[in-house]
Amino acid sequence: MRAAGVLIAIALALALQTTLARFVVGGTAAIDLVLVAVVYIALTSGPVSGMLSGSVAGLIQDSLSSGLLGIGGLAKATVGFIVGFLGQQFIVTAALPRLVIFVGATVGHQALFMGIYVLLQQRTFPSPWKAVATQALGNAIVGMIAFAVVESFPGMMERRRAGRRSRH
Amino acid sequence: MALLDLRQRTGWLFMAVTVGHILLISAQVNTRRGVPLLEAVTFGAFAEVQRVATSAIGSVRDGWTNYFALQEIRRENVELRDEVAKLRVGLQQEQALSQQTRTLQQLLDLRSSIKLSTMAAAVIAGGASPEFRTITIDKGTGDGIATDMAVISPVGVVGRIVLPTSRAAKVQLLIDRDAAAGALIERSRAQGVLVGTGTERLRLDHVPGTADVKVGDRVVTSGIEGIYPKGFAIGQIESFERRAGEFAAVMIRPAVEFSNLEVVLVVVTAPADAGGRAKKTETAPSKATGAP
Repeated sequence: MRAAGVLIAIALALALQTTLARFVVGGTAAIDLVLVAVVYIALTSGPVSGMLSGSVAGLIQDSLSSGLLGIGGLAKATVGFIVGFLGQQFIVTAALPRLVIFVGATVGHQALFMGIYVLLQQRTFPSPWKAVATQALGNAIVGMIAFAVVESFPGMMERRRAGRRSRH
Repeated sequence: MALLDLRQRTGWLFMAVTVGHILLISAQVNTRRGVPLLEAVTFGAFAEVQRVATSAIGSVRDGWTNYFALQEIRRENVELRDEVAKLRVGLQQEQALSQQTRTLQQLLDLRSSIKLSTMAAAVIAGGASPEFRTITIDKGTGDGIATDMAVISPVGVVGRIVLPTSRAAKVQLLIDRDAAAGALIERSRAQGVLVGTGTERLRLDHVPGTADVKVGDRVVTSGIEGIYPKGFAIGQIESFERRAGEFAAVMIRPAVEFSNLEVVLVVVTAPADAGGRAKKTETAPSKATGAP
């Protein structure tokens, strides 16, 4: 059941990334929704789920892009594992620690992703700091919104049910 | 039983996943001639998902346009009528100029006329990763699309086909970091190599130090790489620097608005077949026009 939920979350993130992201941010996509989904899964389900979802999502993302297959997968699997591990070791239910996790995960992911490409001499990334910082901020905002929406959902349903009961 | 439960051995599992990815990457780096099968299969399968998602979003947008934006259309209609009237006058002037140009071209015999055959394709998805500037179109090998075909729009060059499947194709945009094309400055005919920067700007490299370059100059394709037809608009020079007599960082604002692409044209006739002088070069699919 949880695996199905994870797969749906990844598919949804990929669909949104490929269809909506380019309209929202004017071509230079400053948000990696797939990474946001991986970090979310890692924080809520632990390092193994984070790693496996990162691996699958990264591989799909690689195959849909024009780069080397596996680099995004490796970067996202590593980030998913580390975030999941940190989520188990520390309390990251407050807004600030989550913000730090999303920013750190994006910076770590970009460092791995670009690092492997540069190491293999497949691509160059002259002065990527601005792009990385923008993406870290964008991912953090989207991630925080995702957590807020998902966490407010059970309470909202409960309030509706209570409202209906009081009317009867 | 606990020995078999991989969830109890996260460190080993992480190691296995990492090694698996490294092996996968290594295999491609060593044999980067064709398109990996896994990539083609995954892309083909997900293109169908993208097609459905795009059609769903398209339906919502159509609904909005048809039912809620009729008033806007009425105003637009009046404006368009005015514009058509102006354009008709302009067209007559252009036709006269065109006739003069044709006569001069025939007289000078500068080059044979190029007849390009194009196919319209709808953009069904954007890039899956923010690091790569690609789009997916709804035409594939079943429609006659092949790798390295140029993709253009009415305003300029868009990119080239890098991965065609039976019903869809991946297009590498000109702004992708791995994209490059032969280009020349229309006014001074100075040539250079146009490379993508991963942002919404392009860079023109290898421009001779003696070249006449001005901000606002129009940059067009030179057709030298054998992919893009010659003379198609790329963009305008936005800024440039000159260091030690050489041109550095000639930045170009693309003519195409890459974030608003909805329909593109695929050039199904290779420039060489169409009478161009360039020859097609044989290189790896995703690096055919790779940055130097």
